[in-house]
Amino acid sequence: MLQQIVYAAPFLLTGLLTTLAVSVITVVLSLIIGVVLGVALVYGPAPLRWVVRGFSDIIRGIPILVLLFFVYYGLPLTGLNLQPLAAAVLGLTVFKVAQVVENVRGAIGSIPTGQMDAAKSIGLPFPERLVFVIAPQAMRRFLPPWLNGVTDAVKGSALISLLGVGDLMFAIQKVVGRTYEPLALYCFGAALYFLINYSLSLGSRALERRFSYISV
Amino acid sequence: MAPSRPDANPPLLRIRGLVKSFGQTHVLRGVDLDVERGKVVAVIGPSGGGKTTLLRCVNFLESYDAGSIAIEGQEVGYRDAAKRQRRSEHDLARMRAGTGMVFQLFNLFPHLTAAENIMLGLTKVRRLGRKEARAKALHWLGRVGLIDKSDRLPSELSGGQQQRVGIARAVAMEPKILLLDEITSALDPELVGEVLDVVLSLASEGMTMLVVTHEIGFARDASHRIVFMADGVVAAEGPPAKIFAPDQQSERLRTFLARFSAAHRL
Amino acid sequence: MGYHLNFTLIWRHFDKLLSGLILSLELAILSVAIGCVIGLVLAVIYVSGGRALRAAIAAYVEVIRNVPLILLVYLVFYGLPTVVDLSYSATTSFVLTLSAYAGAYLVEVFRSGLEAVPRGLIDAGMSIGLTPWRRLVHVRLPAMLRIALPALSNTFVSLFKDTSVASVIAVPELTYGAQWINFNTFRIMEVYLVVTGMYLVTGYAILIGLRALERRYAIGG
Repeated sequence: MLQQIVYAAPFLLTGLLTTLAVSVITVVLSLIIGVVLGVALVYGPAPLRWVVRGFSDIIRGIPILVLLFFVYYGLPLTGLNLQPLAAAVLGLTVFKVAQVVENVRGAIGSIPTGQMDAAKSIGLPFPERLVFVIAPQAMRRFLPPWLNGVTDAVKGSALISLLGVGDLMFAIQKVVGRTYEPLALYCFGAALYFLINYSLSLGSRALERRFSYISV
Repeated sequence: MAPSRPDANPPLLRIRGLVKSFGQTHVLRGVDLDVERGKVVAVIGPSGGGKTTLLRCVNFLESYDAGSIAIEGQEVGYRDAAKRQRRSEHDLARMRAGTGMVFQLFNLFPHLTAAENIMLGLTKVRRLGRKEARAKALHWLGRVGLIDKSDRLPSELSGGQQQRVGIARAVAMEPKILLLDEITSALDPELVGEVLDVVLSLASEGMTMLVVTHEIGFARDASHRIVFMADGVVAAEGPPAKIFAPDQQSERLRTFLARFSAAHRL
Repeated sequence: MGYHLNFTLIWRHFDKLLSGLILSLELAILSVAIGCVIGLVLAVIYVSGGRALRAAIAAYVEVIRNVPLILLVYLVFYGLPTVVDLSYSATTSFVLTLSAYAGAYLVEVFRSGLEAVPRGLIDAGMSIGLTPWRRLVHVRLPAMLRIALPALSNTFVSLFKDTSVASVIAVPELTYGAQWINFNTFRIMEVYLVVTGMYLVTGYAILIGLRALERRYAIGG
């Protein structure tokens, strides 16, 4: 059993690196786009709010797999021919953006309305209100749920193996196909995913504890 | 309801025919009110009478549907009152820098220390340097008796202390008029005194104030004029002596005051 | 662009989608039911048990929550039969997997629900002389269920969406039906638009139904 794993190691390593790369890109991209859209959702003009709200609700209402298939098979029809990897990252990012928008909305929404009033009353214009009053308070409320969501990105990335992208899950499947040792390999793969996600969730819990001591 | 002496200073704050509704609820139904420079005007009245909404319209935290609010002659919310063209965000910010507001729930910025709460407006709006802003902040914290708490977070302060920081934050901006929205209503009774003392000392130095309050005793002792609001309009107005003289009171006012006298043993 | 939407082929094969949707719902309901039993039992054990038991339950929860569902599905379907002398259908295998998955999430829901039961209620139960078991059954669990109802609804809708992963082992649920139509008719846009609509409408209907239940029974809504 151990021999099988050793034989498969380089192959699995490549897969692991792909998984990590895809996860990181997805998380970073979705954070940037999601925060912008989230702020637009809270403070934007009504039509923009409707669009973002609609988009977010639809994406969060369907399974990730359906979204991935939709993007992977559907995109070439619009003339955009992406590599499987790019299509996968696009699909995952879209999925995460919807989650981040919700995180932002919840974080800003939980700030008492009086804060905005106080910021207005000392004469701060809108950008300064956001940067110096809202954002610092929103950050503390945003980080814990967002960090929890990062593990969703890693777990969701396992589905891109179905699109032919050579991630960890794909590598495991290939090796299982060659060595017929499914249990050992799946357990090993589970251990790897567990290591990544569990460390992330430990980190997020530590951060949560740090922030809650500054009581807000 | 014009000032009694026509040759007196023009009012710092002039409100005429103010109308405001929230959906189907008509909160303000044509309010006229003046506040002269250096005077304290107290607004009393039953809940739902529109007092807080009135205050929030003065620094345009709420828009208003009709009427005019002018500070030193300048219309507060609209470039053109008749055409209801709102001022730009930039203009509104500038107007609000000229009015200071102290809130019932304090609304201190929880991530900033007491001094930093005061410094935020000074550095970002008045564009003072950090050292100068800190010096000013400490000065005002000293004035409200909290110099030793200047580097504490709001969560480490009592309600009365937080409210005094709130007052310092508003006053440090050197506003033309101070708007006080039931600033002691959320305080434990034993903390009310320390806050009212600060307000009294500011009044005695000539700060122009519009005070919405439930503290009838304070209104009687500290204000130059009392305005009784009910059902969205000014129902009675005048110096404390006149308002509290029983033979001059309307039925409504009498009932209201009676309820408060019983509760507060005035 | 040159791609014209044509839904007729979708409607011709709509039975696949409809039966797929029904199967998805069945999978979800079954897994939630079994998961509830697992979650409830483990939550009670967790709250009243010793350190060793709590650690074991925590380990189970952490493993399930940190490993992708698709890997768990493969593990149970392809991996287990090599050591356990069982053979089961893909559907059965998926229900087992999703139930274990649901159980892990529901342990958390029920545990925090139990811990949120107001002390006063438990005291009242004690003061009328109920034994610990009776207090559990007649006071704490009913209160916990009402508190946990919103989280329970959200978990159920989540699980309904997770049934799409069953398609990877050829369980003929909704996503599998969509892929079938995709590969056999090449009407990609149409089928995925329809399936998106079906997931959205069903999910929304479930939420509304559960919200109505919440309004009748939940505490602190």
